[in-house]
Amino acid sequence: MNSSSPTGQAMSHADDAGHPAPQSFLTRYVWSQDHKVIAVQYACTAIAVGVVGVVLSNLMRLQLGFPGQFDFINAERYYQFVTMHGMIMVIYLLTALFLGGFGNYLIPLMVGARDMVFPYLNMLSFWVYLLSVVVLMASFFVPGGPTGAGWTLYPPQSILPGTPGHAGGIVLMLVSLLIFIVATTMGGLNYVTTVLQARCEGMTLLRMPLTVWGIFVATILALLGFPALFVSGVMLLLDRTLGTSFFMPALVSMGQVTGYKGGSPLLFQHLFWFFGHPEVYIVALPAFGIVSDLISVHARKCIFGYRMMVWAIVAIGALSVVVWAHHMFVSGMNPYFGFFFATTTLIIAVPTAIKVYNWILTLWRGDIHLTVPMLFALAFLCTFLIGGLTGLFLGNVSVDIPLSGTYFVVAHFHMVMGVAPLLVVFGGIYHWFPKVTGRMLDDRLGRLHFWITFLGTYAVFFPMHYLGVLGMPRRYYNFDGYKFIPPSAFSLNEVITVIAMIIALAQLLFIVNLAWSAWRGRPADANPWRAASLEWQTPTTPPGYGNWGPRLPVVYRWAYAYGEPGAAEDFIAQNAPPQAGAGEPEPEGQSEVRGAPA
Amino acid sequence: MAAVAAWSDRGRPRDARASAASIGLWVFMGVATALFSLFIVAYVMRMSGDDSMTIALPWQLWLSSALLVAGSVALQGAGGASRGSDAMRTRRLLLAGGLCAAGFLSVQLWAWQALLSAQVMPAGNPAGSFFYLLTAMHGLHLAGGLVGWAWTAHAAWPDPARAAWRIALCARYWHFMLAVWLVLFALLGWVTPEVARFVCGTS
Repeated sequence: MNSSSPTGQAMSHADDAGHPAPQSFLTRYVWSQDHKVIAVQYACTAIAVGVVGVVLSNLMRLQLGFPGQFDFINAERYYQFVTMHGMIMVIYLLTALFLGGFGNYLIPLMVGARDMVFPYLNMLSFWVYLLSVVVLMASFFVPGGPTGAGWTLYPPQSILPGTPGHAGGIVLMLVSLLIFIVATTMGGLNYVTTVLQARCEGMTLLRMPLTVWGIFVATILALLGFPALFVSGVMLLLDRTLGTSFFMPALVSMGQVTGYKGGSPLLFQHLFWFFGHPEVYIVALPAFGIVSDLISVHARKCIFGYRMMVWAIVAIGALSVVVWAHHMFVSGMNPYFGFFFATTTLIIAVPTAIKVYNWILTLWRGDIHLTVPMLFALAFLCTFLIGGLTGLFLGNVSVDIPLSGTYFVVAHFHMVMGVAPLLVVFGGIYHWFPKVTGRMLDDRLGRLHFWITFLGTYAVFFPMHYLGVLGMPRRYYNFDGYKFIPPSAFSLNEVITVIAMIIALAQLLFIVNLAWSAWRGRPADANPWRAASLEWQTPTTPPGYGNWGPRLPVVYRWAYAYGEPGAAEDFIAQNAPPQAGAGEPEPEGQSEVRGAPA
Repeated sequence: MAAVAAWSDRGRPRDARASAASIGLWVFMGVATALFSLFIVAYVMRMSGDDSMTIALPWQLWLSSALLVAGSVALQGAGGASRGSDAMRTRRLLLAGGLCAAGFLSVQLWAWQALLSAQVMPAGNPAGSFFYLLTAMHGLHLAGGLVGWAWTAHAAWPDPARAAWRIALCARYWHFMLAVWLVLFALLGWVTPEVARFVCGTS
């Protein structure tokens, strides 16, 4: 029996794992080139560093809720917590988890490949990522502590005395970011090339699940956007270490004339946000893709408007590179520039809104099963809607001017980046855990975790909109003596702090559930959610070395063949024989049976 | 079983590995293009400031440029020869390509030394800062290419014809590095503060 296809074509590009089967414990679980192991390594590291991020957020909340009550939280430490919390959550948790965690595990399985096309590079990318995390954590232990410059690291303050961590912390932060970018590039090469080259027979681009599309476009954004952070990071590092003046104007710092002159802090802002805005879509697009899959599986309904969803993902990705200066409306720019960027920012709301309508239309008259993944997907819709709408407020220059630098902005970005994608992360883990481990996560713990997390994060961030409209500034250590801040704001901060601590503790439920269920959870069958997409059709669960056994799958239809009239079950697997029915929706609405495309 | 063995060893068809590696290299070249483009944008924006002055570029840069051109020519020749039957010629050209790139890096360091002894430091003048920064970034990318070249040379030495696709990828990357260097060289030489101010509209 040979492994060429029935039509006699040569072995497809996917038909080789590209690395030998692991022989020892070390090559199986540590120095593994298997994408599934690398994905779990990425996920565990990202979650561990995320726990650090949550602890930091709670320390911030202690100061905000009970100002002055904790002696160890002085102003310097507060800004260090703010900075490290932000950088960890955005880059080291969300980006690493969506691309390195979900991307690594799901892409080869969803496109029918045996592994990523460059497995050795894939393995390296994890260890380089781990190195970047170690370097970042090391900044807690150097004299002066980690940088307190805000995750945006704006010069000139970020490298000058007066800002915490200006000695060692900022250097380690920048070095860690540069190392992370190398890791992301190595991983990104894998994800893009695997999607383009290693799809199995019959898996056209427009038959891939939206999870793959979301991660694919996000990876392209990452490959093109992280260089901007690299450029700004290298130049800031040289300003700090060699005394160059890329960003540093002539200034007197703490009574001392510095040697800098002629540099432009605004240049840093442009470079940083040219990366920074695509970065938020690098986090959001995989979440969009995963939500589409969660909703269609758990509502037993094909995704409404699959092709429009694909184009919306591509359009959002493309538009995201022309909106960056909406983060700079208060930088003193020419009003016409503000007008341009406000316009592009509002335009980007259109494909995003199309996606929201399509998710709702997918749910409409669906056979909705309120499983834990579905609960998280529905919660994503609620929170992303609110966060996205407040983005429209902030996208308008004149409305942004009074709201910039207030808690309105904090509420907005936490809703769209903190709450919504994190809910998708949880939903995705509850959904795919049975595939990864062969066991189900505990359902009752999952529901408890869901309700506390969803209601809690809503209760934490929704009131912040009102604080922002009040004018309460962000990144302030305390608010003593500001007459315009009423006592009720302080009471609200206390309540928010208490809720935040409850949410933090509730995440222990999730960690315990993960750990316990991986070993003692209820055994799952191969396809517990009865999903149609290819990753659920592996011959063994969890998938073994090479994923598919001796023969690669052949795909005959798209990934959303749910509720086909006349079919035996309410779903048809992607690799079920063509006689089983469904293809993909034709423009006229017919669904003829089609085999693999010519 | 034959089927299991067919996919479990490294015997993936050369075409499949070659085309995957080719796409991977194009993608990486796209990333590097984005990186150098942004450096160029930063250069133009910073050089339009009031304190920038042109620096005289050391003559060593012409020598290093010639070495990089020679390296590209050699590797292109190696790529062509590897598809023929002259293994010895392929090996010689492959080696020459790598040595030219290594020579380029050495001469670049020599140029650095020349500038430093002319008291043009990384700090103090943006033209100097960008010179060291841009040449360092390009040099690091070329050094990475040399790692790939070394792996290619190791894989291709016994039978260059089997590794023709690897040599072709090396050649492509060498041409890319040459193109980036020529753009940077032109930038450092011709985009003076006056030109930068004209571009930024602040003249």
